[in-house]
Amino acid sequence: MVQQLEVENLTFQHDQRLNSKTLSNVSFTVQKGEWLAIIGHNGSGKSTLAQLLVGLLVPENGQISADGLIMTEDTKWEIRRKIGLVFQNPENQFIGSTVQDDVAFGLENLNMSYNEMKIRVDEALEMVNMTRFRFHEPTNLSGGQMQRVAIAGALALKPSILLLDEAFVMLDPLSRKDLLETLENLKITEDLTIISITHDVNETAVSDRVLVMESGEVVNSGSPEEIFLAEQAIDPPFAEQLRRDLMAKGRSVPETYMTEREMLGWLCK
Amino acid sequence: MAMQVKFHNVAADYKLGPIRQSFVLQSVNLAISSGTFSAVIGPTGSGKSSLLKVLNGLLVPKQGQAHIGDQVIEKENDKHVYKEVRKRVGMVFQFPESQLFAETVLQDICFGPINFGVPFEEAKKLASDVIEQVGLEQDILTKSPFSLSGGQKRRVAIAGILAMNPDILVLDEPGAGLDPKGKAEIMSLILNWHRKKEMTTLLVTHDMEDVAHYADEVIVMENGSVVMHEEVRDFFSDDQRLEKWSLELPNARRFQLKVEQDTGVKLPNICLTKNELVEALIKVGLA
Repeated sequence: MVQQLEVENLTFQHDQRLNSKTLSNVSFTVQKGEWLAIIGHNGSGKSTLAQLLVGLLVPENGQISADGLIMTEDTKWEIRRKIGLVFQNPENQFIGSTVQDDVAFGLENLNMSYNEMKIRVDEALEMVNMTRFRFHEPTNLSGGQMQRVAIAGALALKPSILLLDEAFVMLDPLSRKDLLETLENLKITEDLTIISITHDVNETAVSDRVLVMESGEVVNSGSPEEIFLAEQAIDPPFAEQLRRDLMAKGRSVPETYMTEREMLGWLCK
Repeated sequence: MAMQVKFHNVAADYKLGPIRQSFVLQSVNLAISSGTFSAVIGPTGSGKSSLLKVLNGLLVPKQGQAHIGDQVIEKENDKHVYKEVRKRVGMVFQFPESQLFAETVLQDICFGPINFGVPFEEAKKLASDVIEQVGLEQDILTKSPFSLSGGQKRRVAIAGILAMNPDILVLDEPGAGLDPKGKAEIMSLILNWHRKKEMTTLLVTHDMEDVAHYADEVIVMENGSVVMHEEVRDFFSDDQRLEKWSLELPNARRFQLKVEQDTGVKLPNICLTKNELVEALIKVGLA
């Protein structure tokens, strides 16, 4: 397995006056083509971690490497070309005067030829289902549409790693499902590595591995099933919630994690 | 005091000058009774946020009228109508924490009331009252809003609106980006405030769980029009229609349908929450 991203002993502090670190000794690796979900409460350091990963913040300690390249002041530009980042509030990252200009902005920075750029922009807009809005002004779009344009901007760059910081919060359930499917396909066809910072159960459930953060530390990691069972404080998928409630009512449900299918099967007996 | 909201054939867009594109809102007719909690749902770009903006006089109808209590918002308005309306309609935007601006939380919360003529001493009292309502400690009032965490900022921003003591509260996805616990806390504080003050509340959301748990009525928007407006339990009872509008069901109801299909056993009632489903499953002997 190829290690796409390696994070070692990352430590960071926003406010030097405080005693507690924003991140302390965070280490993990992500393999090529893996979907890693990072979960944890507000203020647990998830977004700080995302900003460190693309070199927007400089760690106090520790090291980040992408494709074997160690992040330094000199290499951070090259690393940023590998990582596509989408933030939670898309309004913060618009520059173009039309949707297609905005999606093309990242490509223009790479000095890409017009013809290639056109293909990339078309493809990216199609993937997020925003083609018919290509001549609209981004600021006049709705919250969910803006979020889709921001995702298209990242996808157009064909990054090897896509880093999503709560990038789906403004989407309606159907577009969310659509985009998750698009990403799952890209993961298979393009071997895209996905890191998603999320509070959404469904987004967590489709990942390969989950990292749980608490007060700046990685407190657990494992498959979604393991995590949902181990971390009682995190809202699991509905079937598992139901199992716990039924158990609390003294019903003889199995004591292990149940997917929806398993729960339905058990109810049918 | 609560207030009624009525939309009569409202159409609006964001274009200035003579060049017109299709309307963001088109012929919206809507009557919301005083004291109800309504959820506004629909796909991205269907006009939900625009609907809220009309309520607050931020988006002026190009056609039709919006009645907010005894005030009327229409194309050529006297400017003082907006002031009256904005006094009564409290609006919490998407990511409201981005509008925090003052040096201290206290100043930020007092800004709205003072603007509407409340004396400073009284505004201070209001601030210390609402800060507790949103579940924060008094000592946060002296801090800079920018030193707070995302969840705290969101609460301060909402407190700033509540301090204006609105009759109508409109919220545009107040839970977006919060962790599930933080979101549940914000939603329950809004619900409590809604009940206590007998406000008329409109909530834009994508989360059917919010609709099932908090709302009395559901307003569905599509392509700038209101296509459905119903009591919440009636709304979730017609599965075929929900499918037609490609709307999601709340988890409990969705799971209920699967159970009924797989087991052939029909549950006695329509379950909108997990608790209702647990009770129903036990009642019919499936669990």
